[in-house]
Amino acid sequence: MSFELPVINDPTPDELRERIEAAIPGSQVTEADGDGHHLRVSIVSDAFEGLSRIDRHRLVNEIFAGELGGRIHALSMSCKTPEEAK
Amino acid sequence: MTEETAENPLREAIAGAIAEKDVLLFMKGTPEAPMCGFSARTVAALEAHQAAFFAVDVLPDPRIRQELSAISNWPTIPQLFVKGELVGGCDIITEMADTGELAELLGVEKPAEAAPDPAAPVQAPPLQIDNLSGE
Repeated sequence: MSFELPVINDPTPDELRERIEAAIPGSQVTEADGDGHHLRVSIVSDAFEGLSRIDRHRLVNEIFAGELGGRIHALSMSCKTPEEAK
Repeated sequence: MTEETAENPLREAIAGAIAEKDVLLFMKGTPEAPMCGFSARTVAALEAHQAAFFAVDVLPDPRIRQELSAISNWPTIPQLFVKGELVGGCDIITEMADTGELAELLGVEKPAEAAPDPAAPVQAPPLQIDNLSGE
């Protein structure tokens, strides 16, 4: 009989950066920091063009669906278009 | 999810409060005693605007948070609703406070100083959703 031990690894800023940049083509995570529980990212992407603040956050939240509030306790983010980031 | 919406009094109570209250904040803790930094910052932004708001503490019953997120499609707390619409969580509210969009949305003057006034009065008592869990 085997037992699958539920090992949880804390998320790192690098993991978030990689996953965001992979999920939103052309996006750039210009800042990522924090510990395993409170993380902060700044994202610049064309994909935010024409989207409300809430829809921008939803786009990012979808990448981490099911993990926010759980494994990723808190993710603070700034979502800007290249124009806004200038 | 096994419960139907029609037989989910808690979800109905949450949806009803969102529809009924002009400015409603779901938070961890109360405006007087926030239990999370993000909730505290959101309360501070509202209080800096001297905006009247109602608050619901999601901590006493985990089902409040579960049902709220199901309604709002937003995973985290706090969540601010204005006139029945989700405005956002702490990041969005603090950004909007800085740009003046929050003042416009709330129909108040943008506060002169960005720093929240810790002595600002809380203008409405926390709204309690009690005894509605259908047990």
